[in-house]
Amino acid sequence: MAGVRALGVYRGVLKELRNLQGSEYTQSMAYTHLREQFRSNQVTGERYCRAKKEALHTCQVYLCLLETTRLHMNLHQLYHGRGERGPEEVAQLVGLQMPTQPGGKGWEE
Amino acid sequence: MLPGLCRFHGLVSRALVPLAGRQVELKLLGCSANVQRARYATPATERKKFYRDVTISQGEGGLYEINLDRRKLKTPGGKLFTVPNEALAIAVATEWDAQKDTLKFYTMHLTTLCNTALDNPTQRDKDQIISAALKFLETDTVCYRVEEPPGLVELQKNEWDPVLEWIEKRYNVVIGSSYSIMGPQIPEETKDTFRQHLKSYNVWSLIGLEYVISQLKSVVLSLGLIDRHLTVEQAVLLSRLEEEYQIQHWGNVEWAHDYDMYELRARTAAGTLFVYLSSESATVKKKILQD
Repeated sequence: MAGVRALGVYRGVLKELRNLQGSEYTQSMAYTHLREQFRSNQVTGERYCRAKKEALHTCQVYLCLLETTRLHMNLHQLYHGRGERGPEEVAQLVGLQMPTQPGGKGWEE
Repeated sequence: MLPGLCRFHGLVSRALVPLAGRQVELKLLGCSANVQRARYATPATERKKFYRDVTISQGEGGLYEINLDRRKLKTPGGKLFTVPNEALAIAVATEWDAQKDTLKFYTMHLTTLCNTALDNPTQRDKDQIISAALKFLETDTVCYRVEEPPGLVELQKNEWDPVLEWIEKRYNVVIGSSYSIMGPQIPEETKDTFRQHLKSYNVWSLIGLEYVISQLKSVVLSLGLIDRHLTVEQAVLLSRLEEEYQIQHWGNVEWAHDYDMYELRARTAAGTLFVYLSSESATVKKKILQD
């Protein structure tokens, strides 16, 4: 049963990495490190292995981090305000332009 | 109104400052010129991405550094950005690599935590961090119970009591819950036990742990997380229990509830990962000694 969960977590992290890095995600350091961790903690005896569970839990936390930052960014882009427009843009909206003074105003450079 | 004020300041400065202080005057004029030209829509939290590749390298003392193209990453305090272990360095490098076009610093939680640990801007030592972390125990979320509505009382009993039992058994302490506004009375032995336990972690892990505690507003839940008793999703759910109850009753608002939940999960996950990776080498040593 732990094996099935490990597979789910592993595939989840790989999907997130592919999302972030495009198709060359297999060359990234994170991918290599992840594979090493999963391979090295895989082969154990029949006894209760704490290292495997700890590595799996750490990986699950990392998956949560990647997934939630992505979802948070999506919501942010969808709903967050874009701020106000500057005075030039506002003027251009109604077809006007900001007044300029040749030589600049007294306090400008 | 602001340009008017700047003009007034300019006039005043020109009147009061003697000729020898013209440099101050010019700086004032420069300031107001910047205000005049400021673009209100540009937030200061975003910069353009100025690098293409992110790699890590091992420097002196076995500490890992992050390289953006050819330049080494530095902390906001100006120090070289060094990380004690490889896994954390890879995670930070992945964070920097994940940025597209603009750098969104508010999504780079691990980098922020490393910067805090390296710069230590509030200049705290280990004991101060432990005291700050344990101060949350008196106002721990899990200990504050309500008396009505009955649905929420039931939910708190079913979800929070097991966690309290677990931590009381694991650390052999007494915490208890309370219905009053003053909160639970935490005995001194409990605090001493936790203080002794936390002293065994190094400074980086403690900074991560304090971050998680301040996000979840609960020492009990944070200790449950770092002892791997809870997952991040479970811990966040328990921390936001009342909010989840209200959501079930009144409905979910995506742009507020989900937004907050994802942000809390991301920050908690980053803090927890930081603690795991910073204390991992210590855990390995203990195992070898026990064998």
